[in-house]
Amino acid sequence: MAVETPLKGNIGDSIKRKEDDRFIRGKGNYLDDVVLPGMLHMAINRSPFAHAKIKSINTDAAQAVPGVVAVVTGELLAQHKLAWMPTLSGDTQAVLATDKVRFQGQEVACVIATDPYVARDAAGLIEVDYEVLKAVVTPQQALKSGAPLIRDEKEGQTNNHIYHWEAGDKAKTDEAFAKADKVVKLDTFYPRCHPSPLETCGIVADVNPATGHATLWMTSQAPHAHRTLFAIVAGLPEQNIRIISPDIGGGFGNKVPIYPGYVVATAASLLIGKPVKWVEDRSENLISTGFARDYYMSGELALRNDGRMLGLRVKMLSDNGAFYADAQPTKFRAGLFHIVTGSYDLPAAHVVTDGAYTNKAPGGVAYRCSFRVTEASYLIERLVESAALEMNMDPTEIRLKNFIQPEQFPYMSATGFEYDSGNYPRAMQLALDKLGYKELRKEQAEKRKKGELMGIGVASFTEVVGAGPGKHYDIAGLRMFDSAELRVHPTGKAILKLGVKSQGQGHETTFAQIVTEELGIPAADIEVQEGDTDNTPYGLGTYASRSTPVGGAATAMVSRKLRDKAKKIAAHLLEASEADIEFDHGKFFVRGSPSKSKTIQDVAFAAYTNLPDGLEAGLEGVTYYDPPNMTFPFGTYLVVVDIDRGTGQVKVRRMVAVDDCGVRINPMVVEGQIHGGLTEGFGIAFMELITFDEEGNCLGSNFTDYLLPTSWETPKFEMGETVTPSPHHPIGAKGVGESATVGSPAAFVNAVIDAVGHLGIRNIDMPVTSDKVWAALNEKGAAE
Amino acid sequence: MLPAPFEYHAPRSVDEALDLLDQFGDEGKVLAGGQSLIPLLKLRFASPGHLVDINTIKDLDFIEERDGTLRIGPLFRHKAAERSSLLASRYHVMADAAPQIADPIIRNRGTIAGSVAHADPSGDWGTVLLAMDADLILRSKKGTRTVKARDFFSGPFSTALEPTEILSEIRIPAAKPMTGGSYLKLERKVGDFATVAVAVHLVMDDGKVGSAGIGLTAVGPQNLKAEKAEASLKGARLDDAAIKQAAALAAEAADPKADHRGSVEYKRNVVRVFTERGLKRAYERARGGG
Repeated sequence: MAVETPLKGNIGDSIKRKEDDRFIRGKGNYLDDVVLPGMLHMAINRSPFAHAKIKSINTDAAQAVPGVVAVVTGELLAQHKLAWMPTLSGDTQAVLATDKVRFQGQEVACVIATDPYVARDAAGLIEVDYEVLKAVVTPQQALKSGAPLIRDEKEGQTNNHIYHWEAGDKAKTDEAFAKADKVVKLDTFYPRCHPSPLETCGIVADVNPATGHATLWMTSQAPHAHRTLFAIVAGLPEQNIRIISPDIGGGFGNKVPIYPGYVVATAASLLIGKPVKWVEDRSENLISTGFARDYYMSGELALRNDGRMLGLRVKMLSDNGAFYADAQPTKFRAGLFHIVTGSYDLPAAHVVTDGAYTNKAPGGVAYRCSFRVTEASYLIERLVESAALEMNMDPTEIRLKNFIQPEQFPYMSATGFEYDSGNYPRAMQLALDKLGYKELRKEQAEKRKKGELMGIGVASFTEVVGAGPGKHYDIAGLRMFDSAELRVHPTGKAILKLGVKSQGQGHETTFAQIVTEELGIPAADIEVQEGDTDNTPYGLGTYASRSTPVGGAATAMVSRKLRDKAKKIAAHLLEASEADIEFDHGKFFVRGSPSKSKTIQDVAFAAYTNLPDGLEAGLEGVTYYDPPNMTFPFGTYLVVVDIDRGTGQVKVRRMVAVDDCGVRINPMVVEGQIHGGLTEGFGIAFMELITFDEEGNCLGSNFTDYLLPTSWETPKFEMGETVTPSPHHPIGAKGVGESATVGSPAAFVNAVIDAVGHLGIRNIDMPVTSDKVWAALNEKGAAE
Repeated sequence: MLPAPFEYHAPRSVDEALDLLDQFGDEGKVLAGGQSLIPLLKLRFASPGHLVDINTIKDLDFIEERDGTLRIGPLFRHKAAERSSLLASRYHVMADAAPQIADPIIRNRGTIAGSVAHADPSGDWGTVLLAMDADLILRSKKGTRTVKARDFFSGPFSTALEPTEILSEIRIPAAKPMTGGSYLKLERKVGDFATVAVAVHLVMDDGKVGSAGIGLTAVGPQNLKAEKAEASLKGARLDDAAIKQAAALAAEAADPKADHRGSVEYKRNVVRVFTERGLKRAYERARGGG
């Protein structure tokens, strides 16, 4: 009988996640687990109105509650020039409102108390006298002349328009449309949803009044960048700021921005001289922190009669809320939305985008999405579905006809992206085979004769992830490189420190595996550390699927740097010339005689005990990696649905997901990422929605109203993979955290449209709820 | 989510609990499964001064058939209903409803009586009890009274139950032979409140409908009993025409509001569709199928 040898953790090994032991046993260390001696608690009083003038704030009753230490208002912050702060998109945002409130749930005043209950009780006793103003709840309303001016405090701001941004070539696109046999148009809305990580946002701010040192435990996806921003905003010397991002219970983009609560808690700790903890509750997280999407999109596709695409025109209007606080690279006003040409060889494209202020929460974050790629992918994949219906073509046929072909890579897109690698037809074919596509089409035709509604949805997405290169991509001016520091100890064990920060992605395992592959040290012997700015090299953090493309590349490069030094030491130990030393899976030997070898552990020990003359001691290094390009993961997702004509209920019968994210480091972790992303995509397609009434009241402020999918309703996923390595990444990996969220919503919606397209229905906006489906059927006389 | 301050009481007997409720009046609130009350406290939508926890009282968690009556105690939990072989064999409408209550975590703690007393118009058990023509036993320090389910609900979260009373028992006429039922619920996801749900409790008698109970969830200010639809079926043969007519009457009885779960027209339609489907399913079961 074969004895199973434990996997060492090389690339391709599905070893169990190293971090799971402590999570499963309840021994993680999340923000709310941080308890410091003398720690005070903060609660926030928030605006009940979407738009109102603040006439006065009376804090007497709150101050009088036993246990209340301080009440902080915007007026107090203004004395310290902290009432407003810069956003990640170059706008300003109120920390605590001084003049007026601009969205429901906006931070108005904070209570600092000895007990969290007392803080909450007292926050409710703050009396704010409001004069309610007319609220602006859609960007269309916002841009009408005569609309109430939301940002009246901004000099030179005379309306609610934020930005205008274009990509592509208008003249060339107009030319393509002039030549077209057919133009297919689709207007669709990608509604506002919320990343809603299970752990909400929070901070424990501990400013030492004697030394001026600020230690900030924060739910941060980007602790280094946040440290620099804190230094700039608060004027604190950067060497005195230490940000520790402990274990994080999910981020999905929600923990990229800096929130007013962080700033007030830090200011309060500075003023009071004691640690201050603030942890938001679920409703606070949903109503005030970074939302996602809220894009009104209109796409037009110019086609030849044979289905060949000639050009794409896109118009997009974004609802950015009361402050333009999107998290995205500075140059790009609508993130990377111009990736909207997707997987298709489109000779011409023109993208026009505008943004508007509304009386809603700010902070358009990329919810499990690389800077608005999700919206782009959704639009093009829905538009292609419309085109297939209009041209009477199979949705796979029109895609195959227009895919960028494998031999066209690297491919320069009409909006300026250089796609690194891909094989779209291969991924699609694998998905079709796994599903049994042809048989299901037959079944659909049979069912349709009996009046039963069944649909097959197709989406072939292309993502763009892994920012930088730094010369094109930055966050608030900070170039988007990332870093890895590797120290190999004398006993051959190692510690790897990274500038990125896991929120559940499994970094402690996968990044160890990169070192295992490059140096031969077993993954179990490698400790991975992230999140503490005093103890890790500078990096831009984890979002936009950038950790593996950038931090992973840095890890491979620093390992190679150490391997080069190890070779010199091995040559010394083997009494050979360095040029003759070969390395294979953790062993150094002289070319031609592999039996006489030294292990990486032998070499590590020698690095501290037995060095050749002239070589520095130690086996440590650091690498800052600036990628030459983004990576472009892709895949094909297929969904089969059945629809109940009496209730409009959509039942997802099957879901096949074929992903190509280049080389998979830990396939199990990759599959887990895809599972999570597909679940979120399913939720967005069918239930997740932050919506507002006419007065701007948020109607999605808890999990009774903001629906998240659970294992009960989530379909079973059937997965497949193809591997097209990234040519420029040191290990050929591409990043996968967001592919499934990007690609799947269109597949789900296309399946519904495929079921009802023959009735003349072309669009049902997400979330595709049963009442909307029934209403669409009823309008066509097809409901039960 | 932090509730306002309250005082917690853990009585050892029903009498002791009734004493406490008598003492606190409007400021007292009974805590059974807590699956509605605790969220209300955390959201600060409710802030009673006193919680009277009845979980510490023995012998309140029961279900039994006795003297032609099915009796359910105040601490009988959704999960127990879901697992009850008695309900599965003879009380289909209850057995259908139980696994559709909220989600498994809530079912572990929440109680049938608590759900009925809470009287959320989107709650499921009230509808089931209306269809089954149940009696509710209300006990206070002053004594005990019996209220018909149809007289119990008086509006959203509003019932005949006084703040000083405990819903001490639910009584349902024991199932006769040829009884079938169904509970069809449309929800946006597992754990969501119903968009619409329809309870059907059907007793066949010599090939005709002996009695038909039809309850409607989430389509009015309270759980509704579709009495005209029920009356239309009494003594009738359950053919397609009778089913269609009853379904149309049930849809008429519904008084839904448009909201983010759907329009008035949509909800009425689901009532009609579910009444049709529910009657067919109940009929199958009454005849020993399904």
